[in-house]
Amino acid sequence: MAEVRLKDIVKVYDGGVKAVDNVNIDIKDEEFVVLVGPSGCGKSTTLRMVAGLEDITDGELTIDGKRMNEEAPKDRDIAMVFQNYALYPHMSVRDNMAFGLKIRKYAKEEIESRVAEAAGILEIEELLDRKPKALSGGQRQRVAVGRAIVRKPKVFLFDEPLSNLDAKLRVQMRTEISALHTRLQATMIYVTHDQVEAMTMGDKIVVMKGGVIQQIGSPLSLYNEPINQFVASFIGSPAMNTVSAKVREEGGKIIVDEGGFVITAPADKEEGLRPYIGKDVLMGIRPEDVTVDANATQAAYIKGTIEVVEPLGDETILYISTADHQIVCKVEPTAMVKVGDELTLTPNVDKIKFFDIETEKSIFYRG
Amino acid sequence: MLTDLINRPSENKFFTVILAIFTVAILIGGFFLLQQMQSVKVVMTIFAVVWGVGSAALLYFTMNSIAQSLPRKFRSVSVAIVFAGPAIILLFWALVLPTFRTLWFSFFDSTGSKFVGLKNYIFAFSDPVMLETFRNNLLWMFFGTSSCVILGLLIAVLADKSKYEKAFKSLIFMPMAISFVGAGVIWKFVYAYKGEGINLTEIGLLNAIVVGFGGTAQPWLLIPFWNNFFLIFIMVWLQTGYAMVIISSAIKAIPGELNEAAKVDGANAFTIFFRITVPYIMPTIITVTTTILIFSLKLFDVVRVMTGGNYGTNVIANEFYLRQFTYGNTGQASAIAIVLLVVIIPVLYYNLKEFRSRKVLK
Repeated sequence: MAEVRLKDIVKVYDGGVKAVDNVNIDIKDEEFVVLVGPSGCGKSTTLRMVAGLEDITDGELTIDGKRMNEEAPKDRDIAMVFQNYALYPHMSVRDNMAFGLKIRKYAKEEIESRVAEAAGILEIEELLDRKPKALSGGQRQRVAVGRAIVRKPKVFLFDEPLSNLDAKLRVQMRTEISALHTRLQATMIYVTHDQVEAMTMGDKIVVMKGGVIQQIGSPLSLYNEPINQFVASFIGSPAMNTVSAKVREEGGKIIVDEGGFVITAPADKEEGLRPYIGKDVLMGIRPEDVTVDANATQAAYIKGTIEVVEPLGDETILYISTADHQIVCKVEPTAMVKVGDELTLTPNVDKIKFFDIETEKSIFYRG
Repeated sequence: MLTDLINRPSENKFFTVILAIFTVAILIGGFFLLQQMQSVKVVMTIFAVVWGVGSAALLYFTMNSIAQSLPRKFRSVSVAIVFAGPAIILLFWALVLPTFRTLWFSFFDSTGSKFVGLKNYIFAFSDPVMLETFRNNLLWMFFGTSSCVILGLLIAVLADKSKYEKAFKSLIFMPMAISFVGAGVIWKFVYAYKGEGINLTEIGLLNAIVVGFGGTAQPWLLIPFWNNFFLIFIMVWLQTGYAMVIISSAIKAIPGELNEAAKVDGANAFTIFFRITVPYIMPTIITVTTTILIFSLKLFDVVRVMTGGNYGTNVIANEFYLRQFTYGNTGQASAIAIVLLVVIIPVLYYNLKEFRSRKVLK
């Protein structure tokens, strides 16, 4: 198994477009790292550079300490699962899985036993003699994963492998890939644009935007301590509400407010907010950090009118318009609310994030 | 507007009857008018085109309104007959009927009056001239087809990775625009041979090259056996472009991920070509191969123009032509035509089958 290091990796395409800028990632042995970000953020390009399918413009890629920049994909001891499965259509499932081993001139018995083992793990034994076109999307993806695991590579690379599956299957395959990681104890790099996949699967998440890494951390650290507004809104569903609000001092207390919002900053944040007095900050409130409360205190409340109610059963999503903003809240399904209701919400002030409006950086980020 | 007219079941029977009479009048009237017309050629041509196309459209329109005015039960069938019927009749008249007539004549003597049984077929399979044509057609089939396909495949694959792909492909494709007869004329100059004699200058391109390198001019088209290959080369020159274009489009349709998956799996360019690219485009290669195979089986023009089938270069189609139009032996010519047809049918069937299954895949 292997450690993968990306050091100052840069990718500039022929036209001069910089797709990846100065990416540094340390991936430990047996770690499951997820690269996540919106489309065009450079996550796939980064993965493809690790695979050797794209040239590295600058920087150094090492696997187990060995420089890999110039090595061909076949010499990097990696396996890759592609978004569109990329199964060889003219070969049976068995041959698809055996292809890489045959090329590497493994003994016949070894190939057979490895294919059988992988097929067992993925429960696709009965599909081995079928052609890919006779398989469903989920089955194809299993075969694609199977083709990767028979090789027993140092590093597994996944390029949005679940994005072509339907929602239910995606959830199922998600857990299966996680289980596979536990079972194989292999280093895996996984690219997705879906933050839920990132949160549920990754040991470590790398959030990217515009070719630049925004933040690297565990799922919960990204959720609790986002470095900037982008990460804060990207992680979590529904996305964090961000509203700009004015900071002022009143009776020794720091108050951040804006039509409909009044938040008295908690004591530990007063110091940090003091320089912003008289200016605007971005306030980030997660939908789940708000409760419907008729007896809201004067210290912190949000007033607004319900525009849309989405009862999901286990929770209810409210779309609320305040004087100047639209916010989303997640409330208990028992909350008796209906469209048009005026209501007062109580935010959990300790969980509110404050961002500098210019740099969009979190004011209280503790790296 | 027009579709409204076409789709609307004509409620007005009266209108349909009037339309039908009008159509017949236009058809017959135009015909007689054209017959009696004593005008400038250009005017007559324009009239003929306008009348021809217009009355065909009018005929369809009228037939459709009649079909639409029928009771609902018969409507779908009659509409199908209206639209597919003329084509079927034409096919039958121009293709099916002649085939059976040819089959019929192949059992008769040279004038088509006396029944001779299988005599013409015995000739077709035993006459030394015929055996030579069979041998030559086999050469055409095997070397012509395989050269076209292999060259087309190679060029398609190599050009695919090149910056100048379009320019290369255009160059290779260009001869496709030349007719076989035209190509024959061009290559007659390439293979031209003046012979030995005082003050004779070789004007053939090939001989110019040979002489330029210090060789002796050769009568290329007279060299027994090998002259077949010089002729086959002309077809290769003409048809490689076709093979290349079709194969190239199939190669472009291979998903990029497939090659990348193979690269990650450890395949080199060679392995990818033979284990991924070729199997992936196999249906296309088969279709191209069978198409060119049919071409080389019925090949006629090149041989006709270049050697007239002499010097051991005769092919089936040319012998058929000679028997029918030069020797006036309808019986033998018909038998040859039937033999050629029987040979082509399986290839054609396979070709169509492949073509259809490929469509289903897409």
